[in-house]
Amino acid sequence: MSTTLQSTKARRTDDDALIERFGSSRKSRFARHLVLCVIGLFLMYPLLWLVSSSLKPNGLIFSDLALWPAEWSPQNYSGGWTALEYDFGIYFSNSIVIVVLSIVGNLFSCSLAAYGFARLNFTGRKLFFALMLGTMMLPGHVLLIPQYILFAKLGWLNTYYPLLVPNFLATNAFYIFLMVQFMRQLPQELDDAARIDGCGPFRTFWSIILPLCRPAFATTAIFTFISVWNEFFGPLLYLTDPELYTVPLALRQFVDSEGQSQWGQMFAMSVLSLAPIIGFFIAGQKYLVKGIATTGLK
Amino acid sequence: MSTETAVMPEADVPPAPEQGRLSAGRSRGRRARRDRAGYLFLLPWFIGMLFTVVPFFASLYLAFTDYNLLNPPKWIGFENFTAMFRDSVLLKSLQVTFVYTFVSVPLSLAAALGVAMILNKGIRALPVYRAVFYLPSLLGASVAVVLLWRYVFGLDGIVNAFLGWFGVPAIAWTSDPDYALTTLIILHVWTFGSPMVIFLAGLRQIPVMYYEAAAVDGASRWRRFRSITLPLLSPIIFFNLIQSLIASFQTFTQGFVMNDGGGGPANSTLFYNLYLYQQGFNQFNMGYASAMAWTLLVIIAAFTALTFFSAKYWVNYDN
Repeated sequence: MSTTLQSTKARRTDDDALIERFGSSRKSRFARHLVLCVIGLFLMYPLLWLVSSSLKPNGLIFSDLALWPAEWSPQNYSGGWTALEYDFGIYFSNSIVIVVLSIVGNLFSCSLAAYGFARLNFTGRKLFFALMLGTMMLPGHVLLIPQYILFAKLGWLNTYYPLLVPNFLATNAFYIFLMVQFMRQLPQELDDAARIDGCGPFRTFWSIILPLCRPAFATTAIFTFISVWNEFFGPLLYLTDPELYTVPLALRQFVDSEGQSQWGQMFAMSVLSLAPIIGFFIAGQKYLVKGIATTGLK
Repeated sequence: MSTETAVMPEADVPPAPEQGRLSAGRSRGRRARRDRAGYLFLLPWFIGMLFTVVPFFASLYLAFTDYNLLNPPKWIGFENFTAMFRDSVLLKSLQVTFVYTFVSVPLSLAAALGVAMILNKGIRALPVYRAVFYLPSLLGASVAVVLLWRYVFGLDGIVNAFLGWFGVPAIAWTSDPDYALTTLIILHVWTFGSPMVIFLAGLRQIPVMYYEAAAVDGASRWRRFRSITLPLLSPIIFFNLIQSLIASFQTFTQGFVMNDGGGGPANSTLFYNLYLYQQGFNQFNMGYASAMAWTLLVIIAAFTALTFFSAKYWVNYDN
């Protein structure tokens, strides 16, 4: 899979050549665009409808199917922001705290482990690496109950520790694997030259390897952002006090508490909850596509 | 730290690629120093592994006990496992998970491959299309989208409105046991973008000249697909298949949010992991839930092994 990295660059340049491939006629090119646009429309329509509904008054959401609201109701946003027990500012800042600390934790612990696996040699390296790959395949629910009991015994229920501490302990093998793949492509001569110049492994890691791994870190940061921002199960399990709720937990309260009538407000907050993901996606698309192509991460 | 260094010297590891250069003229002291650096870098990971390895065996033990968090676990042998066979709700949840997996995984992989092939034909605005098709897969597991799905498939939602144009009477998608799971299968297929990106990267690796040569020899389009694309892409199909199967067996959020933590009409969206959660954290049958988790692990391992075993008949590794 790692070979796909190089090809990503090459293909941009010969897009035009590709278009000519198999002498595709104007008609078949048009047909392709048509098919792709129809598929794209079907995929995007629910999201467009969500945005449109978030701006409509409740009465019109299910009766007026036009995407362009006949009557605007931006107060869904202000109303939704304060509709629950705490206002969404609290939930958003909770989510942001967890996301930022998770990113820091993953970058810190996974880069250390990846450097060890990719660039250092030590007794048991292969065994540990195999173990690490094994944990990648392990369904999380097998560990769930003992972990819950452990965190309960540590007094960590209803705190962010169960969500954060594992990230500082390199438990996310996917990111280690991604960084290992990246670090392996760097020439070994770099380490050798650094060693000859008197760098120990830590200096080499910090001054030589880390700066070169920025793309892999960007990919890790974006994937961490998206998965932690979306994460539902962990917060559901460990957070009981609504003041600590993350955005996904808070959103679900709309259907619990409001008797399903404040659709506009719920959709407005849904839009706000999805906006950061879409923003990160647009900003970091390059890294995401590369990351998926190298590891098959979702 | 000290425990690891004490254990390690016994493990005899084949030389790593860089070993020759790194440890020319190695001495015992040098080797110990080298090991120490390696273990220091892995220190967070080692501690993290404790959070994985210990719970792994702990849950295996709990699977053979009766445990409700309050009283100490009581050893009951295989009773949890035999109880599972008699638990009709559990069998239902297994059925839901299997139907979901074996319908939605092939559908979404087929969609991913089909669209990737169209994109690979060489098309302007490829990055735009790729972004549009990929975006849903980032959102598919979010609470906002699952909530949205409830209303998109609501009685007066846009899906029924659309079908209404073709004269199809309104369907109670979310409350009819025959359709509730279908909405979640559609949600899964909606997220075909991430396997698509992987397929697209794989298709890029296939040399154009193979197709040109085949076209010169008069191979039909279908023949080119059968004899060039499929064999050369088979390792990637295999990879996507394993990934999707493992992920799909563990579906939780979609079922939970779709029906407020319940199993939906007639338990028709009661995913296995959702039932596990209910057993463990609503009813505090921690032993039973552990037994369920291990059963799922065995099921996933069996299907993964089966896929690996079948690989030699259809996956082509020698380019």
